[in-house]
Amino acid sequence: MVKRSTRYILLAWLLFIAAAVAVVFRTHFVADLSAFLPKSPNVKQQILVEQLKEGAIARLVLIGIEGGDATQRADASRQLQAELSKRPLFSVVQNGDPAAMQADQAYYFKNRYLLSPAVEKDHFSEAGIKASIQQLLIAMSGDSGLLIKKLLPSDPTGETLQILEQFMSSGGPRTEDDVWVSKDGQRAVLMAQLASSGLNTDEQALALDDIRAAFTKASQHTPQLKLVMTGTAVFSVYSRDTIKSEVERLATLGTVLVIVLLLLVYRSFRLLLLGVLPVASGALAGIAAVSIGFGYVHGLTLGFGTTLIGEAVDYSIYLFIQSGQEKKAYFWRTIRLGVLASIAGFAVLMVSSFPGLSQLGVYSIAGLLVAVLVTRFVLPVLMPTQLKMPALTGTATILDHVFEGLRHIRWVPIVLLVVSFTYLLMNHQRLWSRQLSSLSTISAAQSQLDAKLRGDFGNTDMRYIVSFHAPTQEAALQKAETVSGVLNQLVAANQIQGFQSPSNILPSVATQQKRLAAIPDQATLVKNLNAALVGMPVSADKLTGFVTAVTAAKQQGVITKAGLAKTASGVLLDSMLIRRANDYLVMMPLVPLANGLVTNTFQQSLDRAGLAGVSVLDVVEETSGVFGRYTEEAMTLSLVGSAAIVALFVFSKGWRTAWRISFPLLCAVVVVMAIFAWLHIQMTILHLVGLLLLVAIGSNYVLFFAEDETDRDLASRQKMEVSLVVANLATVCSFGLLGTSSVPVLSFMGSTVGIGTFLALIFAAMLVRQRYVKASE
Amino acid sequence: MQQMRKLSVVTRACVGISLLVAAATSMAAEWGVNDLMQSLSQKKAGTATFVEKKFISTLNQPLESTGQLAFTAPDRLEKRTLSPAAESMILQGDKLMVERADGKKLNVSLSDRPEVSAFVESIRATLAGDKAGLEKYYAIVLNGKPEQWQISLTPTQSKMQKVISQIRIQGTKTQIKMITFLQADGDRSEMTITETSSK
Repeated sequence: MVKRSTRYILLAWLLFIAAAVAVVFRTHFVADLSAFLPKSPNVKQQILVEQLKEGAIARLVLIGIEGGDATQRADASRQLQAELSKRPLFSVVQNGDPAAMQADQAYYFKNRYLLSPAVEKDHFSEAGIKASIQQLLIAMSGDSGLLIKKLLPSDPTGETLQILEQFMSSGGPRTEDDVWVSKDGQRAVLMAQLASSGLNTDEQALALDDIRAAFTKASQHTPQLKLVMTGTAVFSVYSRDTIKSEVERLATLGTVLVIVLLLLVYRSFRLLLLGVLPVASGALAGIAAVSIGFGYVHGLTLGFGTTLIGEAVDYSIYLFIQSGQEKKAYFWRTIRLGVLASIAGFAVLMVSSFPGLSQLGVYSIAGLLVAVLVTRFVLPVLMPTQLKMPALTGTATILDHVFEGLRHIRWVPIVLLVVSFTYLLMNHQRLWSRQLSSLSTISAAQSQLDAKLRGDFGNTDMRYIVSFHAPTQEAALQKAETVSGVLNQLVAANQIQGFQSPSNILPSVATQQKRLAAIPDQATLVKNLNAALVGMPVSADKLTGFVTAVTAAKQQGVITKAGLAKTASGVLLDSMLIRRANDYLVMMPLVPLANGLVTNTFQQSLDRAGLAGVSVLDVVEETSGVFGRYTEEAMTLSLVGSAAIVALFVFSKGWRTAWRISFPLLCAVVVVMAIFAWLHIQMTILHLVGLLLLVAIGSNYVLFFAEDETDRDLASRQKMEVSLVVANLATVCSFGLLGTSSVPVLSFMGSTVGIGTFLALIFAAMLVRQRYVKASE
Repeated sequence: MQQMRKLSVVTRACVGISLLVAAATSMAAEWGVNDLMQSLSQKKAGTATFVEKKFISTLNQPLESTGQLAFTAPDRLEKRTLSPAAESMILQGDKLMVERADGKKLNVSLSDRPEVSAFVESIRATLAGDKAGLEKYYAIVLNGKPEQWQISLTPTQSKMQKVISQIRIQGTKTQIKMITFLQADGDRSEMTITETSSK
């Protein structure tokens, strides 16, 4: 006969589970790098984040071919270029082959009269033409005359040189055997741009597979060749795959470990199944809550989530092992306070601007609440009235002795605290890592490859950028022209070596129209040309190509972005002129002088020139800025979280007890930090979160020890101790597993909590546990 | 008998003379690229003025430029053009620095630009007497004698052949008098060099 209230409880639980499952089924899971990017950055960081996520730079895949000899590499490079150019996922693939660069050369040459800054009023007057041709003749008599002389018949006014001038400061990769090669010549290099900026990680993975397939085809007769790739897409896909496989591996292993542990303790499948119920319900609730709150669940949240097993399973362990004791009220009171402490700790994470952390906060709170509610209301209903727990008296007695022994060395945590604290103070400058890369899944070898390939491409390091936004493409290009004017002065004043501007590739319509207006009709042009050539060593009949080209340019009219399809310059333009939802963002890379650039001074130069809304950013500085802010935020959050937990203790237990139970946790936190410092592991925000978790989980231990009255009977006390040890083992196992992960964020958190909770238990036993006094006395 | 002896004396003298001549001829034949390079490599530094004429098919008359050259062994070569526009080219080791009339500077690393490298080595390696440096890019043929020699450099790399068909360097002893670039398209440039100092 089941009681009515019991039926309602079971029904409510089943309904809840069904609803949660329904939500989880519709959940969108992501596993890219987005969890590391801030939600509410400042303007400069916003630009950076956008670019990291989907900018033109993010769309580039740099490819290297290694091994074999130079000819084999060059052949493979050409085949790979030809093959990939055919595939729809790529907008342009370049390998330095002049044949592949033809579209670019054709664009500049064909449109030279619209692109050349020299084309102004009077440029095609008699005097204007004479001056231009004289200048070209002088250039022809100089050291590069051999190359320049080819321009004379079709471009006697030297517009091509004017255009080239604008690109002077940017070098390219080294060329050998007509393909790009690395600086040492040991690697052929190519550049592929993904067609769409909105590619998700799955599509990026497909594109990378395309590259691999094309390479396999290109190298089928030369198996000694090796393909290497780098770029945001490569990193995203790699991170996703690593996180995915890691989360799966850890979840499986963690579950198996905890199951084995529980089976050893319970020796009952029924209890095991029951023990898993709160965990499973909590995990489902957590995922559903994050899904509802954020619209998606990050794979990393799931990774952290496996750690919840560590805490949620504790409740059923406490319940089962400590069952049968008279003081139920005391038991639930302790559990309630423990859960509240954990929730207080996790709640502060929810407000983090680091999406990964706020998801973790929501996940943990929902998960813990549901787990504890299921333990409190569902498990007692489903539990057999007579629990057949194996007699753990032997183990319990030994444990009790060990704990009793630990009491005698209660000075140890105090000494450790002092030593650790001193050590931390002495090394406080190197405690924290300020590099965003320290969180990245990318291995050191991959970062090195990335740096090497980027180095091969010369000026692709976009460290200093002049940036602004404008409502339309035309407005953006016009402003870029104004900015170029100022930057040109700064180049002349030797403040920078050079810069790139989208307007050099595609001038604004206004400028183009001005240039078109400067071109006279054919009859006038011929008349001016003939008059200009009087007394010059050139005859008009050698220059017919010139008249035709100028006339054609006038007729053709304004050029648009469409003319840049399938060109490398189009890729460059896209990277500098970025279309956003409501406006256009312009990013103009600066080529600094050898001694770098002081952004503040440079910003002042721009401001003085009257350029409003144009800012200079140092990408390296901004990136560490993003991360520095994270670390500060996480420190604040951890402190607030810990303070909330302590406040809770004070509120429910009074000052004295609150101090007594907080002290072992403080010792554990400081000692763990000192261990990391001693091992030369720089701490990141994930370590901080780990410390917060340690406080949350560890508070359960201290609370049980503290609640333990001296007049309790030995058996129930020993049961409590066994339950704490088993719970701690479960935690150390699951977090310890995380500690072995190759994903840094998982491993950082895992090692912190794994080591920390163990210390917390030991310290709690030393400092909080009271000496047993026989009840009869 | 007397006659015979006379004859034989004459014969012997003739044989002797012809041997001498043969020896002299073979000595001349033995003066080769190695010897020229050896003597050129003795020179440690030198300065000169130059007049360069470019004969270009699209132009009715040659383009002329003048300036100064300076060489310091083993690998520094400066070419300063003074007219019609100031321009300088300094080659030092692997680095090529170009400075134009408007003050713009350009730095090129030769190992990054093999074609530029081939071009500048034709002059620098000749001045330095660096035969191996020349042979990296050219097939060398020497004509003439130490007092009046000419080396013809034919590019061995197809990329270079597309631009230059041959480079001819004429000289007297250790002085280079003229460098002619024959371009693949039929144009040519002639640089006449007048030495002003030498060490």
